[in-house]
Amino acid sequence: MKRLLYILSAIAVLLLLHWGVGSLLLDGPIRQGPYYYQIIILAGINIILAVSLNLTNGIAGQFSIGHAGFFAVGAYVSASVSYYGGPALRGMLAFLPMVAQDSVVLLIALAAAAVATALAGLLVGIPSLRLRGDYLAIVTLGFGEIIRVLILNIDAVGGARGFSGIPKLSNFFWVYLLAAATIVTVWNLLRSSYGRAFLAIRENEIAAQAMGIDVTRHKVLAFVISSMFAGMAGCLFGHYTMYLHTNSFTFVKSFEIIIMIAIGGLGSIEGAVLGAVLLTVLPEAFRSFDSYRMIIYSLALILIMIYRPQGILGQKSLFGRKRAGKGTGSVNGTNGSGDAPASAGARVSAGQP
Amino acid sequence: MALLELKKAMIRFGGLVAVKELDFAVQEGELFGLIGPNGAGKTTVFNLITGVYAPTSGDILFDGKPIQGQPPHKIAGAGIARTFQNIRLFTGMSVIENVMVSNHMHCKVGVFGAVFRSETWSREEREYRNEAMRLLELFQLDKLADEEATNLPYGSQRRLEIARALATKPRLLLLDEPAAGMNPQESADLMRMIRRLRDEFKVTILLVEHNMKVVMGVCERIQVLVHGEGIAVGDPAAIRKDPAVIEAYLGKE
Repeated sequence: MKRLLYILSAIAVLLLLHWGVGSLLLDGPIRQGPYYYQIIILAGINIILAVSLNLTNGIAGQFSIGHAGFFAVGAYVSASVSYYGGPALRGMLAFLPMVAQDSVVLLIALAAAAVATALAGLLVGIPSLRLRGDYLAIVTLGFGEIIRVLILNIDAVGGARGFSGIPKLSNFFWVYLLAAATIVTVWNLLRSSYGRAFLAIRENEIAAQAMGIDVTRHKVLAFVISSMFAGMAGCLFGHYTMYLHTNSFTFVKSFEIIIMIAIGGLGSIEGAVLGAVLLTVLPEAFRSFDSYRMIIYSLALILIMIYRPQGILGQKSLFGRKRAGKGTGSVNGTNGSGDAPASAGARVSAGQP
Repeated sequence: MALLELKKAMIRFGGLVAVKELDFAVQEGELFGLIGPNGAGKTTVFNLITGVYAPTSGDILFDGKPIQGQPPHKIAGAGIARTFQNIRLFTGMSVIENVMVSNHMHCKVGVFGAVFRSETWSREEREYRNEAMRLLELFQLDKLADEEATNLPYGSQRRLEIARALATKPRLLLLDEPAAGMNPQESADLMRMIRRLRDEFKVTILLVEHNMKVVMGVCERIQVLVHGEGIAVGDPAAIRKDPAVIEAYLGKE
C-alpha cells in the first residue's frame, strides 16, 4: 500500500515536472527552449544507458563494450512496432483520447524493445560471459558492430537511408519515468542478495564460486537486465528523434557510455547519473569555444582521470546508509595501523569458549 | 559411512602427476589433517574436492554420492565449504557483506522479489544480516562489520574467511593452511577455535597445515602426502613415529 502511494506520488511529481518543463521550454518565452529540452531528454536517455551499463561493468565487473548494440536493437525493434503496427493499434483504440492512444502504443513498443533486447542479451551473454576481461570486451564490441551492419542491410527499417517516419511518442515524462525505474531497479538489486553476488563475482570469482554462487548464471543475469534497459532507452530515443540512423549506434556510443560511468565512478549509481549528465551537457556547453570544443572536452576528461582515477564519486553512495550493515559507524585504528592494535583485544579472546 | 571419501583420485597436468591414486576417508565429525612437504599436492587435493579441478581418474564421494567433476558452486551447495591458502576475501565489500554473500545460494527470493522488495526479500535480508552478525560475534569481528574487508589486519582476515565459509552452512569445512603467517600465540588460539567450531557447528573439518604443532595438536587423524602419493595415515602419535614419514621430512640416515 505504502509502496503504491510512493509510486503514484512519484508519477504525479514527474507529470508536474513534465508540464512545467514543457511549458517553460517548448511553448515558453525562452528563445532556445526546444534546444535545452532536447539536451534534458538526451541526458535522461544517457542516464538510463549509464546506470544500466554500470550493472554489468561496474557492479558485476564484466567489461562489456557492446551497449550501443543493445541500444540499437531496442530502438529499431520498437520503431518497427510503432511504425508498422501503430496505425492498426490506434484503429482498435479509436475510442480512447489521443494521449491514451499514444501511451498504449509507446508501452507496447517499450515492451517489445525490452523483450527483444533481453533475448539478444541472453544470446550474446551465454557464450561470451564464459570469457574474461579482454576477450569479453572484444566479443561484445564485435556484437555491437554486427548489429549495426545487420541493420544497415535491412531495407524494412530504412537500411543506409535511415529509419524515418517514427511517431513522436516519447517525452520528458516517459524518459524520466524509465530513468527512475532503472535507478530504482539497480539500486534495489545492489542492496539485495543478488547485488552481493554480483559484487562478489567482481571481487573474486574463485571465492564467489566456492561460496556457492553460480558465476556464469549471475553474469548472464546482470548482462540481460542491463541490456534490457538499454533497449528500452533505445525505444525512447527513437520515438523522440523520430528518425534513426546506424551512425548513432557505432562503438563510439558504447565508449561514450563507458566514459560516463568511469568519470562518475565505476560501480556507483549516483556516479553513473552524474557522469551521464556531465557528458551530455559538457560538449554542449563547450559549443561556444567552437573548434577548440573537443580539445577542451578531452582535456576535462583527462584531468578528471588524472586527479580522480576512481571517478568523481568513486564507490561512494551519496544517500542513505551503506549497502549492508548497521549504520555508518566506522572503526578507528584499523585503517593502515597494521595488525597489532586492532586485533590485540580480539585475538586474546578469540579462542575462549 | 564416511562423509568424504577419495578413491584412487588422480590428476595429471601434462606429464606431471600431481596426485597419484590417492585413497582416504574422512568420517563425519572428524578433525582430519592433510600434511606433506612443499609441493606434495595438498592444495591440489583441496581443489579436486571443491571442483576447481576435475580428477583425471578416480572417484570422490561426498556423503556416498560422487561429486568429482562438478562445478565448484554445486559442490558448495552440496555442503562443502573452504578457505584459501592465499586469502581470497571480497576486498571491496564490507565485512558483513562478505559473510552475507554465502547466504545467496540459500536465498529463495527471485530477481523480481529483490527489485520490488517483496515480503520474502525483507524477511530473508533481516535473517541473513542477523545470522551474519552472530557469526561475526563468534569470530570477534562484529565491531568491524561495516569496515571494508581489505582494511582488516591479517589475523582478522583469516578469521573472516572461516566465518564466510561457515555461513554457507557446510557439513564439511576445508581449511587451507589456516595458521599460515600466525605467531605461536595466534596459532594456539586458532587450535582452540577449530575444536570449538567442530563441536558447536557439528561440522567435519579437513585441514591442510604446515605448522606441525597445530596439526599434531588438533587433528585426530592425519594423512601424509608425498609427491602426490599417500604414504601414511593414522593418529598423530603413530604418524610421528612412522619411519616413512620421518624419511620424507628429514631424509634417510
